[in-house]
Amino acid sequence: MKQFFVSVAKWSWFGLLVLVAFGYMASGLSEPPGASDSGEASDSGEHDARPVRLSSEQATADAPPASDPSHEESIRRVVQAVNAARNAQLGDLGLASADPADWMARCRRMSLALVGSGVSLEEIRALETLPEDRRESTHLDNLLRDPRFHDYWAERWTRFLVGADEGPFVVYRRRRFRHWLSDQLAANRRYDQIVRNLITAEGLWTDRPEVNFLTVTFDSNDGNPDPIRLAARTSRAFLGLRIDCLQCHHDFLGNVNLGDPVQAREGRQQDFHQLAAFYSSAKTNGLQGIRTGQADYKYQYLEEDEEVDVTPAVPYAADLLPAEGDARSRLATWVTHADNRQFSRAAVARFWALMFGRSPTEAVDNLPLDEPLPPMLEPIIDDFVQHRNVRRTIRIIAQCDAFGTSSRASFDITPQHEDHYAVFPLTRLRAEQVAGSIVQASKIKAITRDSSLLVQLIRFGSINDFLQRYGDLGENEFSKDGITIPQRLLMINGKMLREAGELNPVLNATGHINLFAGDDARAIETMYLCLLNRYPDDEERGHFVNGLAQRQDRGEALEDLYWTLANSTEFTWNH
Amino acid sequence: MNHNQPLCDPHAHLSRRTLLGAGAGGAMLSSIANQLAWADATGATEASRPKNVILLWLEGGPSQLETFDPHPGTTIGGEVGAIATSVPDLKIADTLPRVAEKMHLGSLIRSVTSKEGDHQRAIYNIKSGYRPDPTLVHPSIGSILCHEFPEALDIPRHISILPQNAPARGGYLGPIYDAFKIGDPQNPVPDLKSPIAEERFDRRMKDLQWLEDRFRRQRLRDMDENRTLHQASTEAALRMMSSEQVDAFDVSGESKQTLERFGDTPFGRGCLAATRLIAAGVRCVEVTLGGWDSHITNHSLQSARCEILDAALAALLDRLVEQELLETTLVVCGGEFGRTPQINPAEGRDHWPHGFSTFLAGCGIRKGGVYGSTAADPKLDPDKPLADVANPLTIGDLHATILSTLGVPYHEERQTPIGRPLRISEGEPIREVLV
Repeated sequence: MKQFFVSVAKWSWFGLLVLVAFGYMASGLSEPPGASDSGEASDSGEHDARPVRLSSEQATADAPPASDPSHEESIRRVVQAVNAARNAQLGDLGLASADPADWMARCRRMSLALVGSGVSLEEIRALETLPEDRRESTHLDNLLRDPRFHDYWAERWTRFLVGADEGPFVVYRRRRFRHWLSDQLAANRRYDQIVRNLITAEGLWTDRPEVNFLTVTFDSNDGNPDPIRLAARTSRAFLGLRIDCLQCHHDFLGNVNLGDPVQAREGRQQDFHQLAAFYSSAKTNGLQGIRTGQADYKYQYLEEDEEVDVTPAVPYAADLLPAEGDARSRLATWVTHADNRQFSRAAVARFWALMFGRSPTEAVDNLPLDEPLPPMLEPIIDDFVQHRNVRRTIRIIAQCDAFGTSSRASFDITPQHEDHYAVFPLTRLRAEQVAGSIVQASKIKAITRDSSLLVQLIRFGSINDFLQRYGDLGENEFSKDGITIPQRLLMINGKMLREAGELNPVLNATGHINLFAGDDARAIETMYLCLLNRYPDDEERGHFVNGLAQRQDRGEALEDLYWTLANSTEFTWNH
Repeated sequence: MNHNQPLCDPHAHLSRRTLLGAGAGGAMLSSIANQLAWADATGATEASRPKNVILLWLEGGPSQLETFDPHPGTTIGGEVGAIATSVPDLKIADTLPRVAEKMHLGSLIRSVTSKEGDHQRAIYNIKSGYRPDPTLVHPSIGSILCHEFPEALDIPRHISILPQNAPARGGYLGPIYDAFKIGDPQNPVPDLKSPIAEERFDRRMKDLQWLEDRFRRQRLRDMDENRTLHQASTEAALRMMSSEQVDAFDVSGESKQTLERFGDTPFGRGCLAATRLIAAGVRCVEVTLGGWDSHITNHSLQSARCEILDAALAALLDRLVEQELLETTLVVCGGEFGRTPQINPAEGRDHWPHGFSTFLAGCGIRKGGVYGSTAADPKLDPDKPLADVANPLTIGDLHATILSTLGVPYHEERQTPIGRPLRISEGEPIREVLV
């Protein structure tokens, strides 16, 4: 009997311990204050009520703007203002504009920017059934609802928010962070709300993925969020300001102007560390993850003898900083404040760069407070200040003349024409865009989450392998470098391109085209559509039809055509 | 909190005014002309004596106590013994008997220190000379060398053999300076051989050229030369595919005896290929040997790695001497940090950036030198981690030492893409290890 009671006592004690441990951990999983504010973009047809990953069917809740004429009209007004600003600038500079590109080139640009690959043959054929004036808007609507867009932009955002590296082991989950961002994009959550969630994140990095914005800096601060790295990241990613040099010294070069945008003053070391001080309120609390405590930041400034307490303060527009609340909430309110125009300038410049593949300024994260942006961005910024809506901003950019103009012109095109968007600028595709385009071009149908598991596995495996060999630009998102020798070797002799272009009648477009294209001209035309997303002109059709006629093995000739088109500048560059 | 991590060097700046005030005279002296002028002054342009570097990269954190800095018979020493070397009064671990016979060829630094105890950050730090910085990716030693001394070669001048987590990068110099990555040299270099017959390949290239000519029409002026580099990179790739210099990658023609001297392991073959590549004109070869992260069973893990390193490093030095390449080729052997002078309950050693070893040889490095030391009975005061290290050497200083021996003007600034001039190295060379 005694043994029975001892056993019961032991198990009760064990159960109590488990219960306490669970309670302790669960308190880290609770909904932080204010989380009930969903922050979804509420204007227009850009609304989706569920902050969860959407299937393509579910996504129809994001009604196309055509269903809301006032929404469409308000976008049209912004686009007109952007075009007027562009025309005025080109007029001032005496630059001619290229003609508009055709709808296929414009759709390819949208696909590359939004889902990271070219347009599939299936999509082209579906669009061709529509009147020509509806094709681009339909394609854009489709892309914005497509989970491929949410995933692709989530990866691009992850790079500028937490970097491209794998980061600290265990305490940082990059993949979870990316999935969280994808869910935010699927739910069309307002950009300011996403940023607010990042700055004020609390909890465990596994349970609340936004916390990884903070935990990625654990490795440089003994397992706590590193205020210095977070201050640098905040100023660059959310404000487009490079104030990193102020970590060590005052600005003595005239490179960092802060204070008042109208009457700017030189940046001071205090500006950086006062901004960093906000993040000292983020504390690691064991299994509860990140919790908010008191800001307690100390720093020994240059030429000072000892450390001093640093009070959180912002580097400009201090009147927008609320007096009440915890440090990170105050910072988040200030960063995302409607009157903090720099926040909208940085966001619009970033989205513009993602759409074009190049920054509208010298660097997308260096937009000095007292320096103007290209005039055509100002109407978009005005609109963003009001709406904070990512998809709406994408629609505006995709519809403006700068995005739709040709990269070809009857006049001599100089870099100045590209800088001012008189022509669409030539930009090298990123590694994942090249890989994505190769895999997509090898299939007739669009590769989505609904594709067969085998196709998705092939896509995943071959892209990963290709990226490893081709090289990743990391955080250097908008590099203007040309292609390197190892990259050319990979394209010329590499396994991925070879397998994608093989005459496989089950898996590859080349095999399908060989089997089902009625004649050589039709086969060449389909191959052009798959790879270059356009029809061959008469000269090209003639050249390759003639080439095919001379070959005994038509399948082999089609493999060669796939290789040739995929190795062309036209395929590997946006144009 | 780590509040002392600098994101930039305040002394590494030129003001806008200074740059503008330099005027036309400054602008006329191109960066290449500057490089040549500096190189002339240092002898680096002597056609017969280009400087090269082979970096034997021990990834994972080799234990200084089980390699170059043993303290046998002490509480921190573990199971390792110490053996005499070819340098009087210098002893290294008994795990490296063949290397011990070659220590007279270089200098041993036993006091390298850094502030990075995480693999990824420490690797970045020691490969680039700078601590990780969210604003900028710094170039590695080989990238700097290739950038400073441009020259033509059919094969890449910067090569990484058996790269693991962090092959050398061009950083802000651009991906064109990234290391060309290959695996075990007993396998063919990937993507160098065309998988199709020559006639078919030529037909493909002809069609591609035809398409490219058409694409250029009515587009950006000098598109190929100033933007895409498609033509130039394609020609370079084709040149490499057909170059005899590619044979330098291939160690299959080496005798069995030679292969065995190097240990006939992937790392050993990598070292052998490194000597062949340097002889062919390559500027920098990085050969990686991983598996040093011995948090458990430290002694057996380190000993097994040392067996591979011992044969390869000794044979590498021998071969460079035989081929009279050691005078112009710097050999650097080390990892991202060392291991704790304490043995944990799992019989392992953990990460230790406060005093670890790097071996340098050749190319103007003093022969038989030893710089710095670590205490045999360390106090291990967490507030004074460097108190147990004599002559502590920073990663910046190590880089400056390496770059200065290679003829790189380490103290000069280079413009970075973020508009901030930055010194090539933020350290100063250690004169005691230079000839």
